[in-house]
This record gives sequence, structure tokens and C-alpha cells, in this order.
Amino acid sequence: MAASSREHVLSLYRLLLKESKKLPSYNYRTYALRRVQDAFRETVEDPKVVEELLNRARDSLALIQRQVCIGKMFAIQKTVVEQEEKKSD
Amino acid sequence: MMNGTLSRKLLGSMCGISSRRLSFAQSAVNAVQKQKELIKSRELEKDELRPLYMDFQATTPMDPRVLDAMLPYQVNYYGNPHSRTHAYGWESETAMEKARKQVADLIGADPRETVFTSGATESQQYCVARFYKAKKTHIITTQTEHKCVLDSCRILEAEGFEVTYLPVKNNGLIDLKQLQETIRPDTSLVSIMTVNNEIGVKQPIKEIGHLCRSKNVFFHTDAAQAVGKIPINVNDWKVDLMSISGHKISGPKGVGALYVRRRPRVRIEPLQNGGGQERGLRSGTVPTPLVVGLGAACEIAQQELEYDHKCVTVLANRLVQKIVSEIPDVVKNGDPDQRYPGKIRLSNCLFFLKWESLLMALKDVALSSGSACTSASLEPSYVLRAIGADEDLAHSSIRFGIGRFTTEEDVDYTVEKCIQQVKRLREMSPLWEMVQEGIDLKSIKWTQH
Repeated sequence: MAASSREHVLSLYRLLLKESKKLPSYNYRTYALRRVQDAFRETVEDPKVVEELLNRARDSLALIQRQVCIGKMFAIQKTVVEQEEKKSD
Repeated sequence: MMNGTLSRKLLGSMCGISSRRLSFAQSAVNAVQKQKELIKSRELEKDELRPLYMDFQATTPMDPRVLDAMLPYQVNYYGNPHSRTHAYGWESETAMEKARKQVADLIGADPRETVFTSGATESQQYCVARFYKAKKTHIITTQTEHKCVLDSCRILEAEGFEVTYLPVKNNGLIDLKQLQETIRPDTSLVSIMTVNNEIGVKQPIKEIGHLCRSKNVFFHTDAAQAVGKIPINVNDWKVDLMSISGHKISGPKGVGALYVRRRPRVRIEPLQNGGGQERGLRSGTVPTPLVVGLGAACEIAQQELEYDHKCVTVLANRLVQKIVSEIPDVVKNGDPDQRYPGKIRLSNCLFFLKWESLLMALKDVALSSGSACTSASLEPSYVLRAIGADEDLAHSSIRFGIGRFTTEEDVDYTVEKCIQQVKRLREMSPLWEMVQEGIDLKSIKWTQH
């Protein structure tokens, strides 16, 4: 039970990061990545709280997928900082 | 603004500067004048990169979670929440009441005490302009309030009410003793904003609330900039009226809320009359998608309050330390401790170099020098005047706003550009050279022809 839970949590984490990277808006993308990473880094002991957080994570995943589609439909120019990131890569 | 010949003659006669440098002064003045004309609005080109957004006090980007909550009510659940006879109405009403509870939970109030309005300005109208005054005709407010409150007070003065504009100390906070002395037996309302939108100082609202309650005076606070950023409890703070704005907490624009205390009862007169919605205080169909967005924004703000505060504090300290370490003579306005860290106002002491020059030079970063309501005017901000800033400090100050979506890269980029441009503009400025030579600019006697 504990092992599959851990696998499950890790796969959810990877999926969230993968979807967050697709967000077209610079503000939303950076916030989503940062928030997801910080949320999963917190240590939580109580299994009920863990369950609730996992539910929230699943809802967030669906939300991010929808927002990626909407963002792509209304895409605009990139911000100055994104261009700098691309140059440094 | 001095003209070129005047500056040349005066500088030459007063300070013994060579003519070559004086023509430089002429060109600097011309440059500033040209730059003043250049801040006109224009659309961004298709391939042009967007500037970084560092103006979180003016408005905030809408959180994607808020948009996600609002969309079903824009597309499918379009019923009028006041329709009582079919499912469309019932589901809209349920959503509206859920949003009301979310807003009330954020400020520690009862859902029956919140009224949805079209924004903080409308809420303020209820609290100040339409407040039930009866025999008491004295109102107290501060000199650093938001323009809508000051404007309402001005109109009330014309109607025969007496308004006292309390001065603030140099750090932006009000003096509690002075407030206590100003409260008279015929004072009906005290209106003081929680967090100032220009300098970011946080007033001692709890103490003010207790003071007003002890003197039986109603207390209104404009919490548009404070809601969702600092913990608020209207019962602890003894607040009777509070204005909330949606678009300052990553919610939709065009919606806000008003908190009206029920025990002890606060009576206000309705601005809009009609079908009796919102307890008869604000008739008109409640815009379900917008209030659902406001409710979602409030719930998210409550969950993320600590996390956001931590991130914003770190970024704000980073910004201020980097700028102050590279550029000498930079002053941060407002109290260093009693403040919300995300709103920073720096006076760059550029001497004869107005904020428009720096803002024009920093065209890759979206900044402002004052509140959006007063940005059309070229006069320096009245808030800075109220905290006693010198004329030249007031003219050369910039406001940085940091919020939930600001990243480290944003701050680093802004700081780098700011330092670069300030150094460049200062090198061009003849008055900066004079300051470096040790001449006190205040000792120069400028005369007029």
C-alpha cells in the first residue's frame, strides 16, 4: 500500500510538471512549476490530509490541462525574460 | 520645467561651470522634454516582446484557478441567481451563496454581512458618501487615502459635512494619539485604509478599531490592497465596514464586496434601488460568473496566504538590497517594519530627473510612479507629499509591485535594467555632477526672468 502510494504520488508529480511546462503564459507557467514543486516538497504525516492533497492534485492536473488549451487559443507575444532564457540555453 | 537659456545663465553665473557643460545641460533638458512627450500609449507590435509586469498594485493577473471556476458560469450555467422557479436560477443562486461564504471566510465575517458590489470604489461610496449620518456630521480620514475616498469626502464637505484629513508621520503611519484627540462627540465615521497602495505601509487597524469602538464611532477600512495578503479578522479588528476589490487578489475586474456589520447594526443607504437584491442595499442582478470568480480568488488567497507572503518577502528584500547596494542615495518610502513587503516605493534622488525619464528608459518593465487613478496627472503623488517627502524626492520616485506571479528572474532583470539606466541618466545629468562635487542643490537660488 505504501509503495504503490509513493509511486502514485511520484507519477502525479511528474504529470503535473509535464503539463505545467506546456502553459503558454510566462506568469502562469513559472508559478505553476514553482507551486507544484514546493507543494510536493512539504512533508505531511496524516494519511487523511495526504488523501485530500492528492485529490486536490488530481483536480489541479485537470485544471492545468484545460488552461493549457485555453492559453494556446489566445496566445500572445513572449515576455522579454523568456527571450533571455532562450538565448542562455 | 526650466528652459535651456535660463539654466545656462544661472548655472554659469552661480557655479562657475564651463560653457561646454552648460550646453550639455541644455541638451539634457531637451532630452527630458522630448521624453515627456514620448510616454504616449501605443500598441505592441506582433513580434515585439512584452514588458515584464511589475505593477501588481494597479491590478493583478487573474489566477488560472479563478478563470477555471468562472468559465462554467459564462458558458453553461447562465441563469439569473434571483430566478426562483427553475434549475438555472437555483444553481446560480447556490454558486452565488458559496462565493459569499468564501469571501466571508477570508475576512472572518458572517456570509449575511457581505454584499457584492462592482468594486472597491462602489463599496467606498456606500461607506462614505451614503453613510447614514443623522445628527453626527463629522468624518475623519487620512491624507493618504485612496482618491475615491478623498473625492467622496470633498463632495460631502460641499453638502455641509465636516471632514478632518489626519496627517501622517514621516513613516506613513497615523498617530493614534492625534486620532484620539480628533474624535469629537459628533464624529460619525473614521475611514483609514489598511495597506496603502502607493507606499505599502500597514496601519495599526486593530488599535484604531478598538479606539473607535470605545468612542462609539463607526470605522471603515479600505482593505482592497490588504485582503488575501495579510490575515484579516473583522471581529478582532472591530471593523464595521470594509471594502474589498476583486482584481487586486487575482480575481476578475468589475466585482468587489462590501462588509457591513450586523451586530452592532450599521445602517447605510442604498446607492441603487430596484428589486431589493443584496438585502435591499444593492439592487440589480448579481453577476454570477464574476462573484464566483471573486469567491474562488478569496479561497485561493486564504490557502496561499502564507506561501505567497513568504515568496513576496524574499523577492522584495532581494530587489531592495540589490538596488540599494549598487545605487547610492536611494530612499525607500514608508515605515520599514509596518508594511506589506510587496509594495515598494523607491525615491531615486535623481535630481532634476523626473520619473518619466526612468520609466521611459525602463521600457521593458511595466512600472508606475503612483496609483493608476492619478497616473494621468504629471504632478507627484499626494501620498508622498503627505509623508513629508521633498519636492525632488517626490518627483523622482518609482513604485515596484511584487505579487504571486513574480519570479526571481523578473526581479533580477528589473534590478539590472534599473541600475543600468539610473547610472546612465545620472551621468547625463549636470546636477548629479554638481552633487558629486559637493554642492548642496538646495543652496542654489534659482531666479526667474
